[in-house]
Amino acid sequence: MLKLSHADYEALRAHGEETYPHECCGVLLGKAVHDGNHVHTIVRAGNTRTDRAHDRYNIAPEELIKVQRQARGLGLDIVGFYHSHPDCPAQWSKTDFDEAHWVGCSYVITRVDKGKAAITNSFLLTGTGEDDKQFNDEPVEIEMKQDAIRDQKEREQA
Amino acid sequence: MKINIPTPLRAYTGGQQIVSVSGATIGEALEQLTGAYPELRQHLYTGEGKLRSFVNIYLNDDDIRYLPSKEATTTEEGDELTIIPSIAGGNFQAGALRAVCN
Repeated sequence: MLKLSHADYEALRAHGEETYPHECCGVLLGKAVHDGNHVHTIVRAGNTRTDRAHDRYNIAPEELIKVQRQARGLGLDIVGFYHSHPDCPAQWSKTDFDEAHWVGCSYVITRVDKGKAAITNSFLLTGTGEDDKQFNDEPVEIEMKQDAIRDQKEREQA
Repeated sequence: MKINIPTPLRAYTGGQQIVSVSGATIGEALEQLTGAYPELRQHLYTGEGKLRSFVNIYLNDDDIRYLPSKEATTTEEGDELTIIPSIAGGNFQAGALRAVCN
């Protein structure tokens, strides 16, 4: 199970809306615990695939190293990544699978329809390496803080 | 020198984030690493012994693939090697699902 705060959940979805019609991408920092990956914070990353940013993403290794250093400074680990699928399903694609190498990490995908974030799904990369890796559907638990609950109620009442 | 191990490979270093080695070159340092943790080798190198295409190794801030001496580059005590698998992906192929979901 992937756990993240309501604020981080909304932030990664908002990132996909901002970059639409291009794909956004970022890193999930947190801790892997007995029941899954717990996200403590997310870090936005740049998409270096400017040649076809509408259907590809790549995070520069240099940026990833900086994020890894940041994580270490916070006492956290890289526990996953997120990206968006503009106008396409929140399901992993063949490219996503071929390019997935962080076993044990969560890969979060948000479908963004005409600029509006729709479904967000998470997939856990399991296995021991390239030969037996696979994506498994991963439940997402969104932790609502009191202020987030209040904001949501206000929005629902508006 | 220190070698930073990424999350997915820590399963093969006993959970260690950082492994200390004393090689005089990048190649020697990596040899020490894989000597101490043999299971790592198959995750870093192909069967032919080449660094896997999705595995990036940086000496401080430099990709070792682009260093003039590559793995023969000499290292200092305070240097850091970082192993960082690539992260990339993308949407469904244009013309296939895109035509349906647009």
